[in-house]
Amino acid sequence: MDQTPPARRTTVTVRPSSGWVSMRFRELWDYRELFYFLTWRDIKVRYKQTAFGAAWAVLQPFLTMVVFSLFFGRLAGISSGDVPYPVFAFAALVPWTFFATAVALAANSLVEQERILAKVYFPRLIVPAAAVLACLVDLAIAFVVLLGMMLVYGIVPSAAIVTLPFFVMFAAVTALAVGLWLSALNVQYRDVRYVIPFLVQLWLFASPVAYPSSLVPEPWDAVYGLNPMVGVIEGFRWALLGEAQPPGSMLAVSVAATAALLVGGLLYFRRMERSFADVV
Amino acid sequence: MADVAVRAVELGKIYRIGERQSYQTVRDVVAAAARSRLRRLSRRSGTAPGARPSNGGEWVWALEDVSFELGEGEALGIIGRNGAGKSTLLKILSRITEPTKGFADISGRVGALLEVGTGFHPELTGRENITLNGAILGMRRAEIDRKFDDIVTFAGVERFIDTPVKRYSTGMHARLAFAVAAHLEPDILIVDEVLAVGDAAFQKRCMGKMGDAARSGRTVLFVSHNMAAIESLCSRAIWLEGGRTVADGAPSEVISRYLGTCLSVLNEHVWPEPELAPGNERVRIRRAQVRPEGGDPSDQITVATPFVIEFEYWNMRADAHLNLSLHVYNEQGVIVFNAVPAEEAVWQGRPFPRGLFRDTCHVPGHLLNDGVHRIELLVVEDLSRVIHRMEDVLVFEVRDADESRDGWYERRAGAVRPRLAWETEQLIAVDAAAHGDG
Repeated sequence: MDQTPPARRTTVTVRPSSGWVSMRFRELWDYRELFYFLTWRDIKVRYKQTAFGAAWAVLQPFLTMVVFSLFFGRLAGISSGDVPYPVFAFAALVPWTFFATAVALAANSLVEQERILAKVYFPRLIVPAAAVLACLVDLAIAFVVLLGMMLVYGIVPSAAIVTLPFFVMFAAVTALAVGLWLSALNVQYRDVRYVIPFLVQLWLFASPVAYPSSLVPEPWDAVYGLNPMVGVIEGFRWALLGEAQPPGSMLAVSVAATAALLVGGLLYFRRMERSFADVV
Repeated sequence: MADVAVRAVELGKIYRIGERQSYQTVRDVVAAAARSRLRRLSRRSGTAPGARPSNGGEWVWALEDVSFELGEGEALGIIGRNGAGKSTLLKILSRITEPTKGFADISGRVGALLEVGTGFHPELTGRENITLNGAILGMRRAEIDRKFDDIVTFAGVERFIDTPVKRYSTGMHARLAFAVAAHLEPDILIVDEVLAVGDAAFQKRCMGKMGDAARSGRTVLFVSHNMAAIESLCSRAIWLEGGRTVADGAPSEVISRYLGTCLSVLNEHVWPEPELAPGNERVRIRRAQVRPEGGDPSDQITVATPFVIEFEYWNMRADAHLNLSLHVYNEQGVIVFNAVPAEEAVWQGRPFPRGLFRDTCHVPGHLLNDGVHRIELLVVEDLSRVIHRMEDVLVFEVRDADESRDGWYERRAGAVRPRLAWETEQLIAVDAAAHGDG
């Protein structure tokens, strides 16, 4: 056994925490390597376990796009502005599929890893965060297909495309915010698991995936923006497809909604965290 | 004196009964809320049974008022029965769960091995699992890279390192999992009975590593039911009972006190009142005991000791054809033997009149292996119907006899440990010249 030089020896005090606990961001930073490894594991396992691997990341939004184009684009005749309906739908389905998958995986992440939670200490926040982050790989793959479709339809993105990373991040943060709430609730109440698919489905129709948000009449569009995915999806369309006006006030409302969800989610998660090991 | 590594002050942890291993559904919560509403209503109307804590359910202190100071480099063994709070204490110190009361100062990096192979994923390869498991146990990436080859060699899985772990045999899986854990080098090592897995050779290796850790100046906290291991590894022992510290001191002292209570409590049961005794309208048990041949129930039984198992019982019906049947189980839940009065000469085949009977079963020495044994009693009628059954009616420990011990921790494998006649003879002497004649 080799003698490692004694590292900085810190003293930790274990005591009952009362009320709203602090965020302990510093500790999160100390555990960044574990965060990296858990993300890496989630990605590896996802692509190893499925026969089609990366194809799923494309197939799901692609087939949804085909169905939407047929029923909403053709039969219902929903207007997609200057953009051909398939591209219009797919540009929304890329962030939407990411969001839906990330929320579902994050929400179940703690319960699925109860064995680790019961046996090892680390900031539990890492688990749902890694689940969300791992889904970005799917998003990247689907994004390549989207670029291919734009090429086929001859759509050249404007300079607004430089804002895309912001919208990707926005989507990820929104998924994390929702994931924090649901994962913590899921530990306490196992019925959450059955609510998630239903919730995601409702959310899909409350988001401008199959239709443009301009369908929502004037006084209600600000309220509509309270759904953060409205901001994300409109942002994607604006950044990629060069729609005329940037999603101004609606986006601001969406960002504010996500910020509120995230802060609330963090506080709730931290508060519940201390009893996870006792309950799972 | 060395620096303090762990200082626990009045640690306590309360659990709602049933909460520890369960979660709720919304329906439960709604139902509980409705119940408490009803209770409040009924209390107001003056018919409340009361006496329950405010939000229903009962609370238990899994750990209560536990304080100790552990110096750097000390090895502490924690003993006690199941449910005594040992695991709860380790979980609090490794920060998995929070105490309800008190606090603990822990200085240095903690490595907790409450299980080997935590976070192993069957789809990942051995290589990937080493990295992942190492990170989960708290190793830095550079540390894992540095120790990688040692871990692979220690586990002996070089050829399968790029194979998914799901294709590993159970043994390989356990070896790899332990190899990662063994290379953890925290300042404070917390170990919970991980040695209970694997075969004898594997356990020996685990113990060796634990010994290394203790000798190399690491602080060790170790929970085990293996008293020999605690005695040889630890410089100090704490005995927990019902969440409280009963004894704290030199391992040999604490262990013998602990085993002492186990023996006197469980080696004998007496039910003086037939109405309150276990049984039914046909038969009532009056007394059950295990004792060394010619000794008392409180005397020690070792692997060499002949002992008796004795039952007294009331037969409540005339003309009953009764016989007792004893199942002796070991710690692994294996029935070591089943004893029936086949050799009994007086009453076998004769109807029992009403009255008090005593059956004594003589067990020779050098039969059972060491460890805790449990006896299940069956009262059989007409050689076919079980009319009364009692599990764990007696629990007794067979201790290792000092003279037969061949190593400080090794346990002979097997359910029995007979002393067998054995001869070794040399039949042919082969010298070097004769050997080369081929």
